[in-house]
Amino acid sequence: MALFQIAEPGESAPPHEHKLAVGIDLGTTNSLVATVRSGIAVCLNDDQGRPLLPSVVHYHADGSTEVGHEARRNQALDPKNTIVSVKRFMGRGLKDIAHVEAMPYDFVEGPGMVRVRTQAGVKSPVEVSAEILKVLKERGETALGGELVGAVITVPAYFDDAQRQATKDAARLAGLNVLRLLNEPTAAAIAYGLDNAAEGIYAVYDLGGGTFDISILKLTKGVFEVMATGGDSALGGDDFDHRIYCWAIEQARLQPLSAEDARRLMMSCREAKEFLTKNPEAPISLRLSTGENIDLRLDVATFAEITRTLVSKTLQPVKKALRDAGLRPEDVKGVVMVGGATRMPQIQKAVGDFFRQDPLTNLDPDKVVALGAATQANLLAGNKTGKDDWLLLDVIPLSLGLETMGGLTEKVIPRNSTIPTARAQEFTTFKDGQTAMAIHVVQGEREMIADCRSLARFELRGIPPMVAGAARIRVTFQVDADGLLSVTAREQTTGVESSITVKPSYGLSDDEIAGMLQDSLAHAKDDAMARALREAQVEAKRMIEATAAALAEDAHLLNEAEATKIRNAIAKLQEAAAGDNRRIINIAMDDLGFETQEFAHRRMDQSIKKVLSGRKVEEISTGEEE
Amino acid sequence: MDLTADFFSLFDLPKTFRLNLSELDSRYRDVQARVHPDRFASAPETERRLSMQWATRANEAYMTLKKPLERAKYLLELAGHDLQAESNTAMPADFLMEQMEWREAVMEARAGGDHHELERLFQRLTDDIAGRYEEVAGLLDDAQDYATVTDRVRRLMFLEKLLFEIDDALASLED
Repeated sequence: MALFQIAEPGESAPPHEHKLAVGIDLGTTNSLVATVRSGIAVCLNDDQGRPLLPSVVHYHADGSTEVGHEARRNQALDPKNTIVSVKRFMGRGLKDIAHVEAMPYDFVEGPGMVRVRTQAGVKSPVEVSAEILKVLKERGETALGGELVGAVITVPAYFDDAQRQATKDAARLAGLNVLRLLNEPTAAAIAYGLDNAAEGIYAVYDLGGGTFDISILKLTKGVFEVMATGGDSALGGDDFDHRIYCWAIEQARLQPLSAEDARRLMMSCREAKEFLTKNPEAPISLRLSTGENIDLRLDVATFAEITRTLVSKTLQPVKKALRDAGLRPEDVKGVVMVGGATRMPQIQKAVGDFFRQDPLTNLDPDKVVALGAATQANLLAGNKTGKDDWLLLDVIPLSLGLETMGGLTEKVIPRNSTIPTARAQEFTTFKDGQTAMAIHVVQGEREMIADCRSLARFELRGIPPMVAGAARIRVTFQVDADGLLSVTAREQTTGVESSITVKPSYGLSDDEIAGMLQDSLAHAKDDAMARALREAQVEAKRMIEATAAALAEDAHLLNEAEATKIRNAIAKLQEAAAGDNRRIINIAMDDLGFETQEFAHRRMDQSIKKVLSGRKVEEISTGEEE
Repeated sequence: MDLTADFFSLFDLPKTFRLNLSELDSRYRDVQARVHPDRFASAPETERRLSMQWATRANEAYMTLKKPLERAKYLLELAGHDLQAESNTAMPADFLMEQMEWREAVMEARAGGDHHELERLFQRLTDDIAGRYEEVAGLLDDAQDYATVTDRVRRLMFLEKLLFEIDDALASLED
């Protein structure tokens, strides 16, 4: 495989250059990184040949960290400073987190999301996740031999805006360029669908360590279209461990355990769960620090019985997603199982009974998401693949709404809308001379505001004073291809525009991210300035390459003067990127961006015209109805 | 071609109510294959933004043209006919009476857990609605009788909502 070649500034890269991109499955229990090598998606192993990186971060007093297997060994010894299943805390407040009492952490309710006090200081879930991502990034760069152009990072389809934003922030903190946040079941469908050349309706049942997703997809030649998605972002394999744990405490009539004993018992319960996938009975034996002995045996039937409500809890979203897609179980051609937790026999049976067919398990349920993410990353980075090109049409999992009078919700964008999507809503003032207006955006399906998740509250200011009802404020809600919301507002009669970036009620401000970046870099070898410069140079290089490629293809869309302006701007940027002044590079990038705006428009128009031309119009009006 | 072009022009389709839906599907996919943000993930910021706007527009156009009620409303809008859906809720008394009877039948079947009756009502209403769209097609494409279409579309808004409620009742019985 050709290694990445760093082009000298002033030299444009060869067009066939293979871009280094990875897919990352940032899981509750384990994380993986994968890439496409010679047209085949493969997981990248650590230096001991292990693909899975336990999503565990151990903080030392001096601020240094251990991540993965080493950190997991500290789980029982130093539970307070060893963060496991951090994904459950992403974009969440303390009140949202289940089983807080069984966790050994010293939680701090932060202004955005919950934080954990460790001996290295208070850490937000974003920072903890960034530590995991940094290790995977490094693994990717070592294996591929160069700097990554970007990564596709997977998130549960049912993640809301705050959880998605937190994931993207973590990637940014780890120094990763996020090509796309990709929904986990969709990633699995790509890995599965491309391998099996599948066509028809497929259901992806994805039970991870801490999250559950169901997606219904229509696969046609070259198109993956998500028809509906559903799930529970706080239900996963961990809950099955917890059920065994409660059962064990009850059976052994134990007094409340110390944090360390609790953690050790929880690990034994997890081992028992895994043992039961292949064996009829599992032992749970443990000597506690109090001197007490636990010696229990759990059989498959009892395990199924104590987790029956959890299993049926996953079937509710399955029914709802099918209904949203306008389908019945028998319309589904295949059911893809994703996530280690789907190895549990009672899950396989329940899903098989519901869809009246055996679920598909021919791809490793632990790896399939990472493999799909890598495949998509390869496409998004612009590498030609051996297989046909494909298109992915995904949806927003939860409705977006606004608070109206009386604490009710008004839906603005319904769930399962294909993204990107936007909707504009008009508001007016209700008092004479009113110059500000409060808007509250929520996400969820319930009618009462209090039952939905608050995404953002913001105030529109600077409305020109007019009589009540005269001002017309148009607020546009835009959901991008990552499923993230942004809001802009414009007063229609005066044209005053204000752009609001939605900072979720459970999110981090830009300042906080900047602060964390500083903190994390204080412990790193390179300093913040050098890194920012390098990032700007990489970005400049990307921009020069993209523009040069566009010119090579479509120079005929420009007149001589326009083309010269763009070439000059490229030359200026090349010169700037060769220097070491980040500000000058940024200015040159802005200039090139400005000069290519019109060119971009024309290229898009040409592209659309091309695709629609050469079709016969007479085929169309044959009155087929749905 | 620009972002403000109407939804039919975006897919190069004639502005008619009668529409070949498989043709719409394939054109929608062709356009998305060109403009979708995944095609521009490594492109400069300007192109990424433009791509998001185009893809958003294509999704909106597809959603509007795919559903017959939305398509009819959109054709009325293009012809400059305001539905006044919010300000004008007056409907003929016989239509409202009929609506009340439907609703009572649905409520009764739901309360009695009568799955079979709900299925029957659903099918009857689906057939009724299909017939009304036939009429709308003639009024829009052949007669260009927008005033009558406005009335028919307002009735269909009631009926589609009722159909949704029956479906809701069916789903709640299944749980």
